[in-house]
Amino acid sequence: MMHELPLLSLAIWLPIIAGIAVLLTGGDRDARVARVIALIGAVMGFVVTLPLYAGFDIHQRDFQFVEIKTWIETFGVYYHLGIDGISLLLILLNSLTTVIVVIAGWTVIQTRVAQYMAAFLVLSGLMNGVFAAQDALLFYVFFEATLIPMFIIIGVWGGPNRVYAALKFFLYTLMGSLLTLVALIYLYNAAGGSFAMRDLYQLALPFDLQVLVFMAFFVAFAVKVPMWPVHTWLPDAHVEAPTGGSVVLAAIMLKLGAYGFIRLSLPIVPDASIYLAPMMIGLSLIAVIYIGLVALVQSDMKKLIAYSSISHMGFVTMGIFLFNTQGVEGAIIQMISHGFVSGGLFLCVGVLYDQMHSRQISDYGGVAKRMPVFAALFMLFAMANSGLPGTSGFVGEFLVIMGATQVNFWFAFAAAITLIFGAAYTLWMYKRVVFGDVVNPQVDALVDVNAREFLALGLFAILVLVMGLWPQPFANLIHTSVSELLAHVSYSKLPLPAQ
Amino acid sequence: MEYITPLWPAYPELFLLVMAGLILILDLFISDDHRVFTYVLTQFTLLGCAVLTFLTSNAEPIYTFNGMFVDDLMADVLKLLTCVVVIAVLAYSRAYVSARGMFRGEFFTLTLFATLGMMVMISANHLLTLYMGLELLSLCLYAMVALQRDSLQSTEAAMKYFVLGALASGMLLYGMSMIYGATGSLEITEIAQRAADGDYLSAVMVFGLVFVVAGLGFKLGAVPFHMWVPDIYQGAPTAVTLLIGSAPKFAAFAIVMRLLAQALGDDILVDQWRQMLLIMAVLSMAIGNLTAIMQTNLKRMLAYSAISHMGFMLLGILSGTTEGYGSSMFYVVVYVLMSLGAFGVILLLSREGFEAENLDDYKGLNQRNPWYAFLMLLVMFSMAGVPPMVGFYAKLLVLQSVVEIGLWWLAVIAVIFSLVGAFYYLRIVKLMYFDEPQTQVVLKPTFEVRALLSVNGLAMLILGIAPQPLMVFCIEAVRASI
Repeated sequence: MMHELPLLSLAIWLPIIAGIAVLLTGGDRDARVARVIALIGAVMGFVVTLPLYAGFDIHQRDFQFVEIKTWIETFGVYYHLGIDGISLLLILLNSLTTVIVVIAGWTVIQTRVAQYMAAFLVLSGLMNGVFAAQDALLFYVFFEATLIPMFIIIGVWGGPNRVYAALKFFLYTLMGSLLTLVALIYLYNAAGGSFAMRDLYQLALPFDLQVLVFMAFFVAFAVKVPMWPVHTWLPDAHVEAPTGGSVVLAAIMLKLGAYGFIRLSLPIVPDASIYLAPMMIGLSLIAVIYIGLVALVQSDMKKLIAYSSISHMGFVTMGIFLFNTQGVEGAIIQMISHGFVSGGLFLCVGVLYDQMHSRQISDYGGVAKRMPVFAALFMLFAMANSGLPGTSGFVGEFLVIMGATQVNFWFAFAAAITLIFGAAYTLWMYKRVVFGDVVNPQVDALVDVNAREFLALGLFAILVLVMGLWPQPFANLIHTSVSELLAHVSYSKLPLPAQ
Repeated sequence: MEYITPLWPAYPELFLLVMAGLILILDLFISDDHRVFTYVLTQFTLLGCAVLTFLTSNAEPIYTFNGMFVDDLMADVLKLLTCVVVIAVLAYSRAYVSARGMFRGEFFTLTLFATLGMMVMISANHLLTLYMGLELLSLCLYAMVALQRDSLQSTEAAMKYFVLGALASGMLLYGMSMIYGATGSLEITEIAQRAADGDYLSAVMVFGLVFVVAGLGFKLGAVPFHMWVPDIYQGAPTAVTLLIGSAPKFAAFAIVMRLLAQALGDDILVDQWRQMLLIMAVLSMAIGNLTAIMQTNLKRMLAYSAISHMGFMLLGILSGTTEGYGSSMFYVVVYVLMSLGAFGVILLLSREGFEAENLDDYKGLNQRNPWYAFLMLLVMFSMAGVPPMVGFYAKLLVLQSVVEIGLWWLAVIAVIFSLVGAFYYLRIVKLMYFDEPQTQVVLKPTFEVRALLSVNGLAMLILGIAPQPLMVFCIEAVRASI
């Protein structure tokens, strides 16, 4: 029987074990062995998530593939895993991205290969853990543990200013999550000694406490998303991180924050969430519009995509706090789509950077003449980033805007403006990099994508198109989970007045 | 009270005393070439002591020597850990002390007597026994700090340690005399009884309490009684710093438990000392973490880190609950393991005529030796309290104990300072992983150091993935003893 295998545990631990195996190959002498083991590990990590998809019942309201084992008995903590449609999509995205990252780093990384591959594999397992955890402490442990490999990835293989970026990344995100820890301990006591999420969901909390708990969660998850005004770590981290690091950061790590809002903030403190929704939507709109404008003036490609990520994540947080089906489903679709699109864009920049060692837009121009295949793929991602119908970028944004119209026309109007900005900064960058005459002699020497790069980019490209043209299967997966989530938010959790 | 005193609860101490005396004499007849014999004998003594502690352990507290000595589960666990930790300390230090001419009988006998002092402190049920153990430990440590006679820095550190330590002992003694005046007894169980009955002079008691807390603050190295810690950590030979920074924390924790939790653990008195401990804890976390950022010397940095960790540890004690005491004990155990690992790496990197105590000496360790860099990384992340390392659970437990009694704002302060702390631990990781090495000296540790350090470092991760056994161990030990 498929279901008897602890599939979720496998999805978490297989990549981690593969990572340890890669580390054991030692230094760079056996770089090839390290790469092969890493690829096998990543592919196996992806393969074990497929039965999750196949065996997932989209009409089931409860969490599926549940595994419960006692972990820390004295403290009432359980190793409790389970997924709903939202987690499933993110786990699939994560496991697939890991494969792509391993392929993308195949020859680019030449120093400390084993450590590089191991860091990504371990990171992948930990992030699957975040998405599968049903115990708040387990969630927190995985959530925090992801910082360690990412810190190493940015710091060791990053650009010239990597040390600053790595420290900033670590401390910023740690700052957010430490307050969450206090909030979780508070909830643990309020729930009579349980970290289980389903117990926390039942908790009746007075309003002012709900607001405090919400704010504690907010700090952690807003930093991770990142929301304006705590977004400043992201451009630094993205610019300095190696290509693989940027891909994982944009495609998955940012989703941890949005996922945290969905999994913890909304169901545990619904009254505070509803009360503070205008603030959340306001901050999201600032991210969408203001950061969109900031992206417009960037001269560094990676920085531009980083700002565009913040802007797109604004759609996600906005959608979540609309509290209607279109909004939340749109937010989740946008999360997945953004994973494909930003992942693809960062890979594109990586391909250029590997040959030119420059990320400045002004150094390029006329790339299409030398790299036609690359230009076509790049075009697809650029279009998806601007939200062109037919690509995945359109579906999420459209749903969020639809959701917003139901709440307030002006929210929808403001959010829709960004489609113009998004098109402006993405396509303008694309134009300056890809079209025009070849001015820089280095561009003249560019070679088109090789098979490996094509494979990595192609995988993302297919997904962008599939999701854009036929979003139904994705929407089906999350439909029940979203209605379950909204059911949690729909009734007040304030304690009843004493009789 | 039984008329014939049973000796068996004190077998570990008696065995240690006899063996220490024996080694002291035997060593006179051993030439420098065969000094390793002393070393091996010392290790076997400690091992034997650990085994005896295990064999004489029992769940119920047993009082002996007319109630001056107690053998309860907490004492057994702490003594066992003390022996194990001292064994590890000696193993780590061996190469270091031989390279510096300290591989002599004094080093080993002083270590053994210091261990004896710790064990007496841990098992004290009488204020005088407690004081005797404390002095035995302190006097041995003063001498050990000055073991490198020609080093100006060590001599200065030893002087400072002695003067401040004597002052602290004086305070503690003065406080004890006040408590005696207030309750009419020096026996801890007796004092606890009088305190519970309300049969004491309140003003004198509180006065004594202040001095006792100040004295304990000195011994723990908590702000504002922390001034000695950085100087001694830096000035002492690293092997001795390792000893000072590890096992004595168990003993210090034990006397805090005996005096505050057991003798003066009555609710009214808890409210009195909680205020003092609260201020000490917050200041320790603040000053320890903030000052550590400025340090360029790793030993000094770890000294400030020790101060901040003691502040964290106090959080559990000030909660005044059994779970809180248990979480403090867990914290101490975890801290000692971390500190052992960190100093173990310093000792590993130091070689003849070279002390690896500047932060820059750690640059590029990952390129020189990835395995030791990885172990140090585990220790550093554990100290910073990042999951899944065990240091996280230590912090989680003490935070839980303060949130439980409603002091959630204290937990918020604590996490903010632990964020500050994360910076300087990360800096070590940064130096090891992100920077280029300045030297290519190949590290050639002996097999025992390699094995021990690996176990020590990996314990951070393994105990972090499965913290349950150690946690139960600590909480149950405290529950059975309080």
